[in-house]
Amino acid sequence: MSNLSYIKNLTKLGPEEIQVIVQKIHDLAKDGEYVIMEFCGTHTREISRYGIRSILPKNLELKSGPGCPVCVTADEDIDYLIGIAEKYDLGVITFGDLVNVPGSNGSLNHLRAKGKEVKVVYSPLESIRIALQNPQKNYVMVGIGFETTVPSLAYTIKKIVELGVENLFYLSLHKLTPPAMKALLDAGEIKLDGIIGPGHVSTIVGIKRWQEYLKNYKIPFVIMGFEPEDVLYGIYFLMKKIKNGEYGVFSTYTRSVSSEGNVFAQNLVDEVFDVSDSVWRGLGVIPKSGLELKPKYSHLDARKKFALDEPVKVRKTACRCGEVLRGVLKPYECPLFAKVCTPTNPKGPCMVSSEGTCAAYYLYENS
Amino acid sequence: MQDIILMAHGSGGDAMRNLIEKDFIKYLSNPILNELLDSGVFELSERLALTTDSYVISPIFFKNGDIGRLSVFGTLNDLCVVGAKPLFLSLSFIIEEGFPVADLRRILASISQACNESGVKVITGDTKVVEKNKADKIFINTAGIGVIEKHRDWRNRKIEPNDLIIVTGGIGEHGLYIMLERLGVQTDDEVKSDLSNLTDLILGALDRFDQIKFVRDATRGGVATLLNEICSKYGVEIEVYEQDLPMKEWVRNASEVLGIDPIYSACEGRAVLVVGKSQAEKVLEYLRSHPLGKDATVIGKVKSTNVAKVYLLTRIGTRRVLESLKGDILPRIC
Repeated sequence: MSNLSYIKNLTKLGPEEIQVIVQKIHDLAKDGEYVIMEFCGTHTREISRYGIRSILPKNLELKSGPGCPVCVTADEDIDYLIGIAEKYDLGVITFGDLVNVPGSNGSLNHLRAKGKEVKVVYSPLESIRIALQNPQKNYVMVGIGFETTVPSLAYTIKKIVELGVENLFYLSLHKLTPPAMKALLDAGEIKLDGIIGPGHVSTIVGIKRWQEYLKNYKIPFVIMGFEPEDVLYGIYFLMKKIKNGEYGVFSTYTRSVSSEGNVFAQNLVDEVFDVSDSVWRGLGVIPKSGLELKPKYSHLDARKKFALDEPVKVRKTACRCGEVLRGVLKPYECPLFAKVCTPTNPKGPCMVSSEGTCAAYYLYENS
Repeated sequence: MQDIILMAHGSGGDAMRNLIEKDFIKYLSNPILNELLDSGVFELSERLALTTDSYVISPIFFKNGDIGRLSVFGTLNDLCVVGAKPLFLSLSFIIEEGFPVADLRRILASISQACNESGVKVITGDTKVVEKNKADKIFINTAGIGVIEKHRDWRNRKIEPNDLIIVTGGIGEHGLYIMLERLGVQTDDEVKSDLSNLTDLILGALDRFDQIKFVRDATRGGVATLLNEICSKYGVEIEVYEQDLPMKEWVRNASEVLGIDPIYSACEGRAVLVVGKSQAEKVLEYLRSHPLGKDATVIGKVKSTNVAKVYLLTRIGTRRVLESLKGDILPRIC
């Protein structure tokens, strides 16, 4: 099997074909040291879950990036959320992982244990049902997630207005991935030879968006699917680009990613949100990397409606999630990792989220 | 007007007496219960097993079961996996004020049917009513007592390297199905809980084979957590083969959509057995001949006694640790 380019359905690869790909990666990497970063938390998890590091050459390092929405949520945002929930007796509606993220004074889980209402939903539309069933109580829906999650939340916001729901507000903690990728490259803190591009985000934003952001960088960026076969084939493809000195945006996730992306979803988001600056854990303020509600929807904006008496003062901890998110520190290099910080008792968000780098290392590579 | 449960139904007074005599006895009648003493009185003089479990599932009614059937089968399964033949149950309700009496009757009828199917009796019970919003509709606790015939008692058989790990059917079904129900997803008929009473399957296996060294039903935390329990209890290393895990197609699809690994998702009708290699083939043949075990599969083996860990051999040929469930991935599913 000399040419792998005919492979259409990568997930149907058998063990022998996998071995061929792995061997080709070894051949390509045999001279030199290579560092590749996977931006996306789902890639991070699947790479750990399938023990992919264990079959790659030692001189090819996979670094994990900041692609986990819960992980990059800033401490001040968590503290603000818990603060307004307590002060205004708001019910908090959120996606799962966030409830375990420790803030300066405990997590949403602690808030719930203290008797406050904290609801975990899978679909943001559930927030409307919850608010309508309890008209005497005010709720805040926490909008968290990258470009993949935003469209369903934009739809929810339109529905809130359409149905005239008056007791449901919105806290946008959304983050945009291409500006963060660019910020990471600009910081120059780590040397990267190639990047594993996120599959789901790219399905929404399309190849073009990445090309706009990365046009001045001489680095190959390959968008991949999430099955272990996708990842191995993608790494092989990326290594070829690195070796040939080719750069630009490529995709091996052709069954899902197009040049334009999901235009319907993009328009839906543009209708509801404006691009804003945003604070990322570990990366600080990144210009134009967040989303805020358009003026038309600002009456739903929790930040405008609920103020704290004093600005949030974030308590410093020994957690080093910030460095892990920038790829500067490996999870096991953090003094808390697997000692005081575990998925059962997490000290930082990277150990909480199923897409967090520390959780992935702890659960799957901690042998 | 629809009859609803009032605080008075749990007060110990006439309203409660009425509920017990009209409804509980009607559905659950048997000589021990009908005595209506403070305890159910019976005689036994054998090795016994006693277990208890509380059921808080939401939704309380689902496609192929309800909280009543679950509260019977869940407890029977805990008994039979230690080799006990279930005989008697206790049955306690904590009911939220305002709960429809019609729904309570429906649950009682379901409990009655589950008991009749299984040949067990409810011989004592209790009802408490709490104020609105102090409980979610209805919670049930059952305790069960069963007798263990000596040849079914596997506790002193030694788990050794090369013993095989068998699961009696497709994994993760109950947990994933209940999640889909909670999300209001319309599902095909085949998408349902694996809720079932394992007594006949498991006691049948224990009657036929003396090399079954461990049995447990996989509930919360799924098969992965159960295997970790075996490792830490017996100090053995277990190796599991990803590709051999029996899994229905809809389970695979739902797990992708929900981001929940089926190996951590609860079952309510699957057991994991550790079997000596010499009998494994025959045990598998027996399990597969039973309607509740037709998808039984060898999923791994006891590798060594060097380390108390579970390893997963992935489909791409790598090997990694398979941890137990950390935290909670699912809201109330049982």
